[in-house]
Amino acid sequence: MTPEELQEQAEKRRAEQKDTPHQIRVCVAAGCISTQSDQVKEALVKGLSPELQKTCQVNGVGCMGLCKEGPLVSVDDTLYKAVSAADAPELINSLSQTPVQRLLCDSKAPFFSRQKKIVLENSGKINPEVIEDYIAADGYVALHKALAEMTPLQVNEQVTISGLRGRGGAGFPTGLKWSTVAKGAAGQKYVICNADEGDPGAFMDRSVLESDPHRVLEGMAIAGYAVGANQGYIYIRAEYPLAIQRLKLAIRQAERLELLGKNIFGTTFSFHVELRIGAGAFVCGEETALIASIEGKRGTPRPRPPFPAESGLWGRPTLINNVETFANIAPILRNGGSWFAGIGTEKSKGTKVFALAGKITNTGLIEIPMGITLREIIFDIGGGIPDGRKFKAVQTGGPSGGCIPEQYLDMPIDYESLAKAGSIMGSGGMIVMDDTSCMVDVAKFFMEFCMTESCGKCVPCRVGTVQLHGLLCRITDGTATMDDLSQLEELCDMVRSTSLCGLGQTAPNPVVSTLRYFKEEYLAHIQEKRCLAGVCKITVPHAAGVSR
Amino acid sequence: MMANHKLPVSPSDDKRWKLVDATMRRHGYKSHALIETLHTVQECFGYLDDVALRFVSGSLHVPPSRAYGVVTFYHFFTMKPPGEHTCVVCMGTACYIKGAKAVVDGLQSHLGVHAGETTPDKKVSFLTARCLGSCGLAPAVVFDGVMSGNVTAEKAVERIERWKQ
Amino acid sequence: MSPLSTLTPRVKTLKINGLDVSASEGEKILDVARQNGIQIPTLCQLDGLTSVGACRLCLVEVKGTPKLLPACVTSVEEGMEVTTTSERLVKYRQMILELLFSERNHICSVCVSNGHCDLQGMAQAHGMTHVRFPYLYPQQGVDASHRRYVMDHNRCILCARCVRVCDEIEGAHTWDIQGRGGDAFVITDFNQPWGESQTCTSCGKCVQVCPTGALSEKGKSVAEMTKKREFVPYLTLMREEL
Repeated sequence: MTPEELQEQAEKRRAEQKDTPHQIRVCVAAGCISTQSDQVKEALVKGLSPELQKTCQVNGVGCMGLCKEGPLVSVDDTLYKAVSAADAPELINSLSQTPVQRLLCDSKAPFFSRQKKIVLENSGKINPEVIEDYIAADGYVALHKALAEMTPLQVNEQVTISGLRGRGGAGFPTGLKWSTVAKGAAGQKYVICNADEGDPGAFMDRSVLESDPHRVLEGMAIAGYAVGANQGYIYIRAEYPLAIQRLKLAIRQAERLELLGKNIFGTTFSFHVELRIGAGAFVCGEETALIASIEGKRGTPRPRPPFPAESGLWGRPTLINNVETFANIAPILRNGGSWFAGIGTEKSKGTKVFALAGKITNTGLIEIPMGITLREIIFDIGGGIPDGRKFKAVQTGGPSGGCIPEQYLDMPIDYESLAKAGSIMGSGGMIVMDDTSCMVDVAKFFMEFCMTESCGKCVPCRVGTVQLHGLLCRITDGTATMDDLSQLEELCDMVRSTSLCGLGQTAPNPVVSTLRYFKEEYLAHIQEKRCLAGVCKITVPHAAGVSR
Repeated sequence: MMANHKLPVSPSDDKRWKLVDATMRRHGYKSHALIETLHTVQECFGYLDDVALRFVSGSLHVPPSRAYGVVTFYHFFTMKPPGEHTCVVCMGTACYIKGAKAVVDGLQSHLGVHAGETTPDKKVSFLTARCLGSCGLAPAVVFDGVMSGNVTAEKAVERIERWKQ
Repeated sequence: MSPLSTLTPRVKTLKINGLDVSASEGEKILDVARQNGIQIPTLCQLDGLTSVGACRLCLVEVKGTPKLLPACVTSVEEGMEVTTTSERLVKYRQMILELLFSERNHICSVCVSNGHCDLQGMAQAHGMTHVRFPYLYPQQGVDASHRRYVMDHNRCILCARCVRVCDEIEGAHTWDIQGRGGDAFVITDFNQPWGESQTCTSCGKCVQVCPTGALSEKGKSVAEMTKKREFVPYLTLMREEL
């Protein structure tokens, strides 16, 4: 495709959209589909009279964010919630009449108005299965700009200026990673998109891939140009069939329009993308384990250095970024690195997508500028805690993160603040807990997760997580002693300091953070044989104080 | 290199082996195609048995122990034939906080098997998942590939009872 | 390594435990330490095999690096200051050994390798007198189906030396690891009895490199159970000379 053709495509699509005065958009991301939004869409399509078909289009679009109220449907600028197929005729009638009051969803509510969308700017607006929709929304313009107007060095410069940091969790500066791979040994290089979203309680990447797959492909191609790679892989979880299907379709469409493949935009730059499907191993989110898995091996990590940027897939320099990181690239190149750097805080630039879940009124997907407070997220955007219960903690960063208590609610969200509070940014899962959650039980939940997900290669993680889990079990069933508590603390320190990879090194984090803020709950289990939240079934009578 | 390579002979004339072979061919019968090929086998046959494993490891020149090591490393792969129906309870954090454990306990006592097992009558495979990414619907359960949200133990049991009729 | 670089190795100078030492570029901390008479404990590492950094006993402190680094795979760097023993390292090493002893049945008095066992020797050298963690002791089988050798999974510490020697030196890749985490154990071929393995050449290299009594020769008394390991670096070296 030539740039002129791209321009033409975009204008043609925009004109088409203009010619149809009415747009009905139905969310067809996994959340709404599971509440039968596909049937709603079908009913709407069928319900349009031949007359209306000329003036109204029904489109399946990506995630609109408020998953709890799904299926979500927007009729022109009016948003409706909890729509069923039976509501279709009424919604169609509303095109010429007044809105359907009983289904209205207030799109001016803080949940929507307090967000800032960069990564999700197309989500819920464009049809993820139609590449022309993406092109009409300035898709692939950034790729063209990079190839036609910039050197790879200049692309790296813009990414560095933007201050973007890895959205997979650790927050490594993206620009630095790119320049390292760019400077790596000449010859074959690879770009890998880590879509093995493994943190339980996180669904940002799934949603981005289901709602706007081309955005990720474009980011990867730009990365390929910047670092000198002609081959990309997307490593995606098998648990995300819809995302896989949409990615496959998107790759085919982009290849057909020659936006991926050989000699993109008639330049010498070629870039191919292939999918690799994960097979259920959390540890494969770790870079070196992910590489082993793409090579068809057991997903066990290896010591770093050498880092993948130097020696990665098949020993070649390899760039690995996660889905959200790649999704930020096109807007950065379109608007310039300094535009992006103007959003967020001093050290954490841009926006971050979070998945709000647990005991919170508005469960769903949000994107906020870095630096707003947890309180704003949970109480303004999230609508607070349901059933009049009391906020207790918010868990961020999944099994590698920690639980943040009430006293940190006014802390701004950025990489450093979260680390200071004993958690991590992580990939963006935010699980809110109220007073019905026992923090020792939560710590045990995560330890069980790490224990079953440990690859078994290094001793501290393989055996240490089993022993830590055993200690937590004894605490929650009331048989632990104070000695067990000190052993728990000692073992946490040891597993953290000596494990081979990030999984083991961070596995104790949920325990350490709950010990830091909720020690009284541990003590109540051990000394009073009592679970303050009433979750744990303590069978040992108080006096027993069983020793091992 | 391909000169030395004998084209693999399918274990039987079951047409599904053609699909398996197609995956291997697409990757030039390279050993790194192991996981992709195992995915195809499981998609076609529902599980990985000894015959399939020998065929794939032989065709891709992957040592038997390495192939077996890979299959058992990844929890998505199963070497047992699945039941007629499957029910997957999500045990992600959001689902756990909202009571997924009660759903698991309820199903466990109703079905008489633990998570990861199939009922003796081969009717229902009962599984748990570490997170299905549908946290907004917690607790979520997938019944024969269809996601249901806000599931309780009672609802899950009722749903499974319908399969038995 | 290209011939040119082997001829003109770049020399690096560094400090190990305060001692000034020199090393060639690419050399590992562990080797340089040993050349200078400084012993760093290891279990999974064996000269002549690829190092994997799995047992974590060889972790050392490097000034300016917050993380502990495995000496077996970390290359020396100019000006590096390495500490191979400290209160913290001693404590972690003891705990690693305790974890290993808690994981499977390592009762020395009834083990064929009693007196010749790397794990036992390591525990003695590090003053590990008792295990504070509860014993996990899963029921692991003994595979005596092989004509000449026995595999006792209860003694295995999953160091994967057998897997590596069989793959890298013998080239048979009979061994591998199945499952993961605490459920992992070593297997031959498709997890079938060793005696029925189609790939095993009965060379016995795995038995020689095994650090514990997990792999042993049949019909030998405990006193005869010493293992020979010099052949591994020898074979590697001879191959490189070609």
